[in-house]
Amino acid sequence: MLALNETWYLVLAAMIFTIGAVGLLTRKNPLVMFMCVELMLNAVNLTFVTFSKALDDIAGQAIVFFVMVVAAAEVVVGLGIIVAIMRRRQGADADDISLMRG
Amino acid sequence: MRVEMFTFLLTAAICLGGSLGVVLLRNPVHNALSLVATLFGVAVLFIQQGAYFLAAIQVIVYAGAIVILFLFVIMLLGVDRAEGFDREPILGQRPAAVAAGVAILGLSLTALLSVGARVTGQASTLAAIDGTEPNINALAKVLFTDYVFAFEITSVLLTVAVVGAVVLSRKAGPAIDLAEFPDGTTAALMQAKHEAAFEELESEPEAEAALNTEDETPEGEAEITEEALR
Repeated sequence: MLALNETWYLVLAAMIFTIGAVGLLTRKNPLVMFMCVELMLNAVNLTFVTFSKALDDIAGQAIVFFVMVVAAAEVVVGLGIIVAIMRRRQGADADDISLMRG
Repeated sequence: MRVEMFTFLLTAAICLGGSLGVVLLRNPVHNALSLVATLFGVAVLFIQQGAYFLAAIQVIVYAGAIVILFLFVIMLLGVDRAEGFDREPILGQRPAAVAAGVAILGLSLTALLSVGARVTGQASTLAAIDGTEPNINALAKVLFTDYVFAFEITSVLLTVAVVGAVVLSRKAGPAIDLAEFPDGTTAALMQAKHEAAFEELESEPEAEAALNTEDETPEGEAEITEEALR
């Protein structure tokens, strides 16, 4: 049986990141796009923790802590923006918000 | 080793299934629940690698707060219906997105698998993970010494985020001027308004004719209080 080493975690994180990126590019509901951003952030967090274990360095986990804080702040402000947009235009999706298109 | 492998494979399946659910399911509520599955899977992988504090934070903050926030907004806006996939604003956007995904995955897998089984890089000498020290102690030590400035900036960021969310989501409207109301008057006016609305609700259509004279007073009161409240 194959031994479980860091590469397994890193490959899994790469797959989750890819799924999140493709979802961000294809979905149009702003809420679902935010969820895909969360997926990508979690994949990166998993990579950080894996390297923290592999290189025996706690600083990787400290970085994950900061990523989580920034993700929470980002979600709060992003959902505030979405609520403000939806209040103005019911059922708007990402394609409708194109006023600033050049 | 066999148990670890089994745990990893099971958790990886949950993670991948959850993330595919986030992307592929049509209903936003199902997307949010799939996201919870992925976040729990990542928390299990954190535990497996000794990051106990981060696993707890992952469950409490991500699954407990952020996804609940998502669900609140979904319910608040009433967008829990399938989105239309009929129109595509940019020609060939979806094939291009899938091609970009294949490129990202191929690039990262090549980078990961070409170096062999071991991670390259230098092991830490300053912040090594000591087996005897609890994880949370080690993390706190490094957070409050090496990263203390970033930690303080984080509190500023959270304050900015809270203020920004309040500013973005509050409805514009005239504020109630409390100076107009001396002590206790506001509460009395609200009480009168409430009672008037209650009486209006109680009066049946057939009884309205009989109670016509009595009905006028509470309605008049309600109008007065509404004007006063503005």
